[in-house]
Amino acid sequence: MKEYQTITEISGPLVFAEVDEPIGYDEIVEIETPQGDTLRGQVLESSDGLVSIQVFEGTGGIDRNASVRFLGETMKMPVTEDLLGRVLDGSGNPIDGGPDIVPEERQDIVGAAINPYSREYPEEFIQTGVSAIDGMNTLVRGQKLPIFSGSGLPHNDLALQIARQATVPEEEEGGEEGSEFAVIFGAMGITAEEANEFMDDFERTGALERSVVFMNLADDPAVERTVTPRMALTTAEYLAFEKDYHVLVILTDMTNYCEALREIGAAREEVPGRRGYPGYMYTDLAQLYERAGRIEGRDGSVTQIPILTMPGDDDTHPIPDLTGYITEGQIMMDRDLNSQGIEPPINVSPSLSRLMDDGIGEGLTRGDHADVKDQLFAAYAEGKDLRDLVNIVGREALSETDNKYLDFADRFEEEFVQQGNDTNRTIDETLEIGWDLLSMLPKEQLNRIDEDLIEEHYREDEGESETVEATAD
Amino acid sequence: MSQAQDTETVQEDGIINSVSGPVVTAADLDARMNDVVYVGDEGLMGEVIEIEGNLTTIQVYEETSGVGPGEPVENTGEPLSVDLGPGMLDSIYDGVQRPLDVLEQKMGSAFLDRGVDAPGIDLEKTWEFTPEVSEGETVEPGDVVGTVPETVTIEHKVMVPPDYEGGEVVSVEEGSFSVEETVVELSTGEEISMHQEWPVREARPAGEKMTPTDPLVTGQRIQDGLFPLAKGGTAAIPGPFGSGKTVTQQQLAKWSDADIVVYIGCGERGNEMTEVIEDFPELPDPQTGNPLMARTCLIANTSNMPVAARESCIYTGITIAEYYRDMGYDVALMADSTSRWAEAMREISSRLEEMPGEEGYPAYLAASLSEFYERAGLFQLFNGGVGSISVVGAVSPPGGDFSEPVTQNTLRIVKTFWALDSDLAEKRHFPSINWNESYSLYSQQLDPWYRENVAQDYPEVRQWAVDVLDEEAELQEIVQLVGKDALPEDQQLTLEVSRYIREAWLQQDAFNDTDTYCEPEKTYRMLQAIKTFNDEAFNALEAGVPVEEISNIDAAPQLNRMGVAEEWNEFIDDLENSIEEQIRELY
Ligand SMILES: Nc1ncnc2c1ncn2[C@@H]1O[C@H](COP(=O)(O)OP(=O)(O)O)[C@@H](O)[C@H]1O
Ligand SMILES: [Mg+2]
Repeated sequence: MKEYQTITEISGPLVFAEVDEPIGYDEIVEIETPQGDTLRGQVLESSDGLVSIQVFEGTGGIDRNASVRFLGETMKMPVTEDLLGRVLDGSGNPIDGGPDIVPEERQDIVGAAINPYSREYPEEFIQTGVSAIDGMNTLVRGQKLPIFSGSGLPHNDLALQIARQATVPEEEEGGEEGSEFAVIFGAMGITAEEANEFMDDFERTGALERSVVFMNLADDPAVERTVTPRMALTTAEYLAFEKDYHVLVILTDMTNYCEALREIGAAREEVPGRRGYPGYMYTDLAQLYERAGRIEGRDGSVTQIPILTMPGDDDTHPIPDLTGYITEGQIMMDRDLNSQGIEPPINVSPSLSRLMDDGIGEGLTRGDHADVKDQLFAAYAEGKDLRDLVNIVGREALSETDNKYLDFADRFEEEFVQQGNDTNRTIDETLEIGWDLLSMLPKEQLNRIDEDLIEEHYREDEGESETVEATAD
Repeated sequence: MSQAQDTETVQEDGIINSVSGPVVTAADLDARMNDVVYVGDEGLMGEVIEIEGNLTTIQVYEETSGVGPGEPVENTGEPLSVDLGPGMLDSIYDGVQRPLDVLEQKMGSAFLDRGVDAPGIDLEKTWEFTPEVSEGETVEPGDVVGTVPETVTIEHKVMVPPDYEGGEVVSVEEGSFSVEETVVELSTGEEISMHQEWPVREARPAGEKMTPTDPLVTGQRIQDGLFPLAKGGTAAIPGPFGSGKTVTQQQLAKWSDADIVVYIGCGERGNEMTEVIEDFPELPDPQTGNPLMARTCLIANTSNMPVAARESCIYTGITIAEYYRDMGYDVALMADSTSRWAEAMREISSRLEEMPGEEGYPAYLAASLSEFYERAGLFQLFNGGVGSISVVGAVSPPGGDFSEPVTQNTLRIVKTFWALDSDLAEKRHFPSINWNESYSLYSQQLDPWYRENVAQDYPEVRQWAVDVLDEEAELQEIVQLVGKDALPEDQQLTLEVSRYIREAWLQQDAFNDTDTYCEPEKTYRMLQAIKTFNDEAFNALEAGVPVEEISNIDAAPQLNRMGVAEEWNEFIDDLENSIEEQIRELY
């Protein structure tokens, strides 16, 4: 392997060097500084005689005398089942003091696209125990469902609650020895405090044994963040599609990942896209998020829950916007609900699970699920619309039915969405709360629900007791 | 993708000079613009997109990791072309027409590997050819020389290729042949097989464009009822994520009365294509009862597949559509999403360091969009027949803001605009097509068809619905200030009626087995039923019945159940009677 001392330029996270042999695009590079530190990087552009290299750890300490070695291969992740229970840094090196990792395989971290013809459509209901998700925006195995949050909101608590409580009731009932469950946690630029929150919970619940943790913290090199999720997803695919695990991948915080992309783009003097993010960010994010799913003939699955904090709580910002265009829905955290003490503060209206429709119903969840969900959405929307009006005209100016919708919206937040981080509700419990609330409304208002189902589930006394309460107010 | 077999045209190899993502430059390559080349030791497929001095720029349709300077580039000497012939229906292709099932087999993996090519149609499979010409007859380009049963639904017509001279038929075969065998020979020496090739960036020639007069019946109430698309027309569906672009496109692919559907998943989700692959073979085509797949060709270049192939997938799709149009079929093409196509152009263009136009898109964005939509239309064909291509493009504006370049440039071209609205989607009003913003410029030219085939007064009833919805929009502004009860009674009643138009008629649940498809007759009758309620109610109001009493009749909420009613004719008969009776009882 040839060594070069030919660095011509150092700029931000980039190093340019002259070479006299052909170097492959995306190839891995080692740079040794005069102080004896070894830094790793990747070829971003390769032309005859000149390569540009993106250095993961940052270019600090590199000067013209540093030596550059090209390893002749693209970035690989050493994978083995023994990774379970291990804590690694953002580039995949163990940081838990444990033994060296003896890989079974070394896999390219870029990962080839799954052939759409080879996929299996995800439709296995995952019960998270969270009503706002299970009832209204159901998660299924192999889905990519991000949490859209804002700084200071309890998205980590929600992610942890899901990781703790997620089960597939069908399998449990059937007593089937389903495939095993594993968690991959990929942290990008989060604070040590946040990281501890996750680690403590993993340790407390014993989840660590079936987890692989990748840690790139806030004070770790930013450029490394472009590698961390790829390491995590390569491990996930290996465990899912070669070792039959059902893998849940939590990636946080995607916003930091995107900032790193922007930084590299700026250093390369690329023409920036919206708000300075690279024009290829959609493609780049898709290459991460699409690494979720099921494959025909394989038992395992990769389910992704990426977390991102929306700058300024703005869901039209390029990071949530491009994410929402790629993922199969989103769970929206809401600042107002949070200040009202609703836990988890999920706003169900702008939330969405695109894979819900095939994952619910008779034999999956319950026959009334789809109708109940539709009616809850519609009634909650109606109640929220009336809130604006009631501020202007007062409750007295509204009809009796309108008042019921207002009460409905309040109780929906306080009883259905609100549940606490330690409450684990079955889908039956969730739907029954739904019926309790819907029974506040007159029967003929339930136009999204099949009439037989209304006969079966509607609580005849509920509506009246509510009216009494309302007049007593 | 068509495989170049012409050995004479193979040129001297070039040498890779630089690699940056999907863009590679090569030195010493003797090539023309748009030639297909094989790049590097692995032979990755690419296309020449710029020539400057001794340097040729190539966009590569596969991942380029590990490819480096010094590796060879081989020119096929042929432009990017598709294979046309029987076997395209019931197929799923990537953006350069490689069949994804064949790739899975050849690669032996569920993951897409590199450097594997495959022809767009099976070159070995034999088909039953029945001639339609006999020796001595003269044929011209576009003429049908025979037919092949391609699927249970579609009879494939074997035509004289458009770039042939044509002449007298000197020999005709009949029976089982592979697509490459000659089935008809002409006096000019030209040999006709079931296989044609056509460069994707060039429109297939056809005769004059005519004014469309038939609607593409979609089975979707808001489309058929308010904003119809013509067979041979163009439509755009812009909307933010989650507003219903894909579901709408899939609904059209499933239920519209086209003969052939070309569905392009351009830079979107893998699972959405999987859903189509799994569902379509099971679902019956409403026209024939045969599996939908028998009339469908899928092109899937998902968001994580190479970006250059995303750029070309639109052209691959429209060329296939033109080929079936040439047979005289009505083809409907859905492209989800044209924004991803535009972004692919932007990505390539910026790697070429071209001068960026608006928001970084290349200056030729508008031209490319209009060239694409121009390939739609109702055409007089050279063989005397008529064929059409209807094009429906989804648009994914960043942040849902319609003022961005792709939406704006598209709206300048298309004649039907289905504006999706995230507020409606949040309320789960589906399809979330905003009835105030959307329009169809085809309405008037299609009216005669509706009068003749659905109901004489269809246009008038539609206009009534539009007027009520307009009035509601105005009244809502007042309601926001003073509340509904402060309105005069007749206006309160209008609001009640418009609520039924929205909830019982415009809303349509794609996931309900009955509601998912609505015949135009049912669409009409449902609206008529609401109008019956309206007319009866206003009579009662005039007679002094309070609006509250009228709205509370038992039958009214039943209007919301018309969509899911299977025996809808009886259901609506009964409902109209009950409404009449119950309201008339009030005075
Ligand atoms: N006509 C419809 N009926 C029922 N649900 C719909 C309909 N249109 C859209 N939806 C719902 O909205 C979700 C998002 O729709 P989709 O077409 O995927 O949006 P987009 O492509 O604009 O992102 C779907 O998963 C589905 O739940
Ligand atoms: Mg979509």
